[in-house]
Amino acid sequence: MTEAAGTEERGAGRGAAARGLIGRAMRGDAWTVGLVAIFVALFVFTKLLQPAYGLDALAIASLPVAFAAVGQAIVVISGGIDLSMGSVIALTNVTSALLLMNAPELSVPIVLLVLLIGLGIGVVNGVLVVVSRVPDIVVTLAMLFVWAGVALLVLGSPGGGSVPWLRELITGTLGVELLPRALIVLLVVVGVVWIPLRRSRLGLSIYAIGSDQLAAFRSGVNVARTKIVAYGLAGLFASLGGLSLTASTGVGTPIPGPYLLLSVAAIVLGGVSLAGGRGGLLGPIVGIYILGLIRADLGFLRVEPAFSTVIQGVIMVAVVMVGAYLTLRRRTA
Amino acid sequence: MTADATPVRTRSLGTLRSWMRDRPLVPLFILLAALVALLEVVQPGIVGPSFVSNTMRFAVPLAILAACQTMTMLTGGIDLSVAVVASMTSYVMATLVGDVGWLGASLLALIPAALVGLVNGIGVGWFRVHPLIMTISMSLIVSGAVNVYARMNIAGGTRVPPEISWLGGQDLLGFLPNSLLVFIPLAAIVLVGLRRFGYGRLLYAVGDNETAARLAGVRVGNVLVVLYVISAVLAGIAGLIYAGVIGSVTGRLVDPYLLPSVAAAVIGGTSIFGGRGGYAGTIVGALILTVLVTLLTVLQAPEAVRQVLFGAIILAVAAAYTRITEES
Amino acid sequence: MTDLLLEATGVAKHYGAVAALRDASLSVRPGEVHALMGANGAGKSTLVKVLTGAVSPDAGTILLRGQSRNVHSPAEARRTGMVSVYQEPAIIPDLTVAQNLSLTETPVDAFRSRMIDLGIPNLDLSATARDLPLATLRIIDLARALAIEPAVLLLDEMTAALPADLTARVLEVVAAIRGTDRSVIFISHRMLEVAGLCDRATVLREGRTVGVVDIAAGAEEQIVSLMLGPTASAPRGPAEPTAAAATAGADEPPRLVARSLSAGRNLRDVSFELHAGEVLGLVALEGQGQDELFEILSGQLRPDAGELEVEGRAATFRHPADAIRAGIVLVPGDRSSALLGQRSVSENIGLPGIASPRRWGLINGRAEKRRVAAAIDRLQIDTRAQSEVRRLSGGNQQKVTIARWLESGVRTFLFYDPTRGIDIRTKREIYQLVRDLAAAGAGVLLLSSELDEIQRACDRAVVIFGGRVVDEMPAAAADEPTLLRAAHGLERAAAAPGGAA
Repeated sequence: MTEAAGTEERGAGRGAAARGLIGRAMRGDAWTVGLVAIFVALFVFTKLLQPAYGLDALAIASLPVAFAAVGQAIVVISGGIDLSMGSVIALTNVTSALLLMNAPELSVPIVLLVLLIGLGIGVVNGVLVVVSRVPDIVVTLAMLFVWAGVALLVLGSPGGGSVPWLRELITGTLGVELLPRALIVLLVVVGVVWIPLRRSRLGLSIYAIGSDQLAAFRSGVNVARTKIVAYGLAGLFASLGGLSLTASTGVGTPIPGPYLLLSVAAIVLGGVSLAGGRGGLLGPIVGIYILGLIRADLGFLRVEPAFSTVIQGVIMVAVVMVGAYLTLRRRTA
Repeated sequence: MTADATPVRTRSLGTLRSWMRDRPLVPLFILLAALVALLEVVQPGIVGPSFVSNTMRFAVPLAILAACQTMTMLTGGIDLSVAVVASMTSYVMATLVGDVGWLGASLLALIPAALVGLVNGIGVGWFRVHPLIMTISMSLIVSGAVNVYARMNIAGGTRVPPEISWLGGQDLLGFLPNSLLVFIPLAAIVLVGLRRFGYGRLLYAVGDNETAARLAGVRVGNVLVVLYVISAVLAGIAGLIYAGVIGSVTGRLVDPYLLPSVAAAVIGGTSIFGGRGGYAGTIVGALILTVLVTLLTVLQAPEAVRQVLFGAIILAVAAAYTRITEES
Repeated sequence: MTDLLLEATGVAKHYGAVAALRDASLSVRPGEVHALMGANGAGKSTLVKVLTGAVSPDAGTILLRGQSRNVHSPAEARRTGMVSVYQEPAIIPDLTVAQNLSLTETPVDAFRSRMIDLGIPNLDLSATARDLPLATLRIIDLARALAIEPAVLLLDEMTAALPADLTARVLEVVAAIRGTDRSVIFISHRMLEVAGLCDRATVLREGRTVGVVDIAAGAEEQIVSLMLGPTASAPRGPAEPTAAAATAGADEPPRLVARSLSAGRNLRDVSFELHAGEVLGLVALEGQGQDELFEILSGQLRPDAGELEVEGRAATFRHPADAIRAGIVLVPGDRSSALLGQRSVSENIGLPGIASPRRWGLINGRAEKRRVAAAIDRLQIDTRAQSEVRRLSGGNQQKVTIARWLESGVRTFLFYDPTRGIDIRTKREIYQLVRDLAAAGAGVLLLSSELDEIQRACDRAVVIFGGRVVDEMPAAAADEPTLLRAAHGLERAAAAPGGAA
């Protein structure tokens, strides 16, 4: 009896090792490393085109959408999607701009308040998804309108203001060119939230419900609570995006920007599976930077803006097709 | 937990629920009637022949766009490129009218639409790209391409031919929009196609269980390629009608109708997970949304309030629908 | 004060108009292994879901150690001391084993020692669950449950589709719980296991508890008659060779000839022939290459090497549609990959008919109705829940998967474990059906993980081990011990007494 068990297990071990190698290459580390390599290559190319281009410009411009991508990644890992992020960014942007204009001396409590508001909005989204049992695409689609409308109620047209320290926080670099403040802020904030969460039971639960919701339920995971937490975190990162908009532009704009497609493309580029359960947050961040560099490069190459949009779209499609193809290969391997 | 007979009230509520589940159009019509009644209350006298014609005039192209969503959602997908494709088709038609006349321009304009659909279909069907991503990316490409085309075409200008205006903008008998001449056959084909054609059944099958379909010999990839081509062509037709309704074209004419097209399909009862739903409900859903927009306009609600109410109502209807149709 | 560990009485549950449970009861003493038995559709799975909190009943009381319990989720059930292990392991595919363990707060050492007991001593805890074979995952699920020593352990078809060696270990471990103050509720269709392992058995039929039987000599017949109810049919003996097999001679090329097929990691070199009118049984432990073999034959996978001949002509399949066109169809044992759950019985049966683009047009309603009615009638499909196939019992679902091929000119059937998790009555109907198909001239390849089926349903048997065919025998010689030895790669015992083995 034992030989048979041994044979089977050995077979499983060998097979698992082989699959594990490819699997690990596809996910996590090797993928992110590959992305960083692409980014470095692109950056070198950009510098050749335009030596005056600074990483800090890229970092500031990318900050809001990077936060959006991170928030979206968390929701996607949990098996959902949040179409309303653009509206929430706009809402937190105008709220912070309005409050800061009227009470600049209370800037720190205002920032904290706005973060709480974002978290609260995310929780509301999550609760609606759970309680209404309506698919998350539909719920967040509806809430896209609701939050956009609320943003308009807060501020009918662009206005409001900001405070200097916010802007200084994300402008410029920390000594060396390769350490823009905006990037540091991004990495620190994301790290502070995500690193303790990732290995905790709550973090594992987020991956679990995205990977196999029924198995998670049977393993004792509180699916509802975990979902709400995931959406809450998305709202939190959306408010960080809104705050960074306030910090960089100095005003609040109630019209949502094109964050959805960019965040989703960055996620796919970053190795997060749209089916849920797989991926990390570093990949999407690198993905956003790569997409931002591409946009800048197209500008430096004097490509017409309209053409530039087309090319960006084509690149995103190509990325997604390749990514999907590779996932397909892995599934049947 | 002690044993007890189910209380009478919950039992009758349960029967009401299953009655409504088997006739899903009924609650939708009730909702539509309620909205129209509300409209009449808010502005007495508004409901009349011109109201009916206006409503239908806008609801028809929306219903066509929503047909695209219904069919793609049945397979568990979605087509977020329909609005941009519609805009593109209307724009291309308007630039070609001078050279080949209204019919030629319309038919030629549908060709790029079909090509977009083909790319979507190949991406989704053969490369297994998630439809959300594929169609969003294509919409970005197409809207950029339309911009490029517009710049190249500045000299030529655009013109909506009178035939198209007649089709989209004017009425038969005073209250039936002419676009019904196109819509009714289209709707009939979609309705019959979904129920009685092998292809329609395949959409349900693929949405329900793609593996089972494949094992039964269905070439799922090809089914999806054809689907997205159909979706794009329908979107193009909707774009032509919108050109008639509005009377002029810009490169972004139909873009705002994307999310309402999804909302109409959802309200109409098509499940976004695939495998269930139908077009009849979607048509009523398009009507409901159009009346809703009219209601909000008449209430002179500021844009902000309109958006909030729009979103809230979509959510409420979807939630009610889920309650009614789900298993306990 | 009761000495019962678990006592459920009067449990009822309706799903819309369908009554899954009407009046079910179950009482379990501490230290016993208690079987829960019943045909598919009798309500076993629903009762399990009620007990573990996955579903809330319409009526009934559940007492654990004399105290009323009201659980609404597996997490709560776990806290009160009840853990279930289902056929689908509750393991998260994208997490590692270690992460899965910490998700359920399972003590790692206890888990490891249980894994050793269950026969998988060197599991790499950092392996991602997705990369492990299904049988291993189910053992992990079991070990995880055992590690916290729950008061009541519910095993739902634990041994179904488990290879024989792991099954033996599982049964040993479960038997060791007897005599402690904990209990096991054991759900299985395998009468022999139940007879060997359990103390008592509660039998459900049509949502009611119809009897509680003490396991002793003769209990099996009692249980079977309780399960089948008043219309019990007599058990069948080994199959008679079909008329078609008898006459199939050299005038017809074999339906299938496989030559040195290999694919993936597991399938090395398999060759065999399948003739018209015969039922060829296939036996293999988990992961010996049979999955890849079936995928090749049904057109889902291209072989890395080897050839396939269909009725004398070489064949290459790129898609299941190619295999179907060649007259070969697959009936998967995993019904969730074969059926359109939300669609009706008719749509499911009619599915192959609309697959080809030539049939994408208008459907001939009357012809379809006739075909479907004929199939339903022939297979005796219970169509009460006709509108959605997922509401049918497992046995009826399996019949639907077979029905769709009945009149499509199919000449070769591939059955992959078709009777997995199905009640006895339907199983026998399926054996008969398989023999009828062969008698009508089809070639049938039948893979089964229940070895006693081979003699009942097949003419010949082929055993696969390590990706190769290691033995081939006529049905008369294919008894369980022989098949089991071969499946483990052991040589056949010499027939003569006193001969060296």
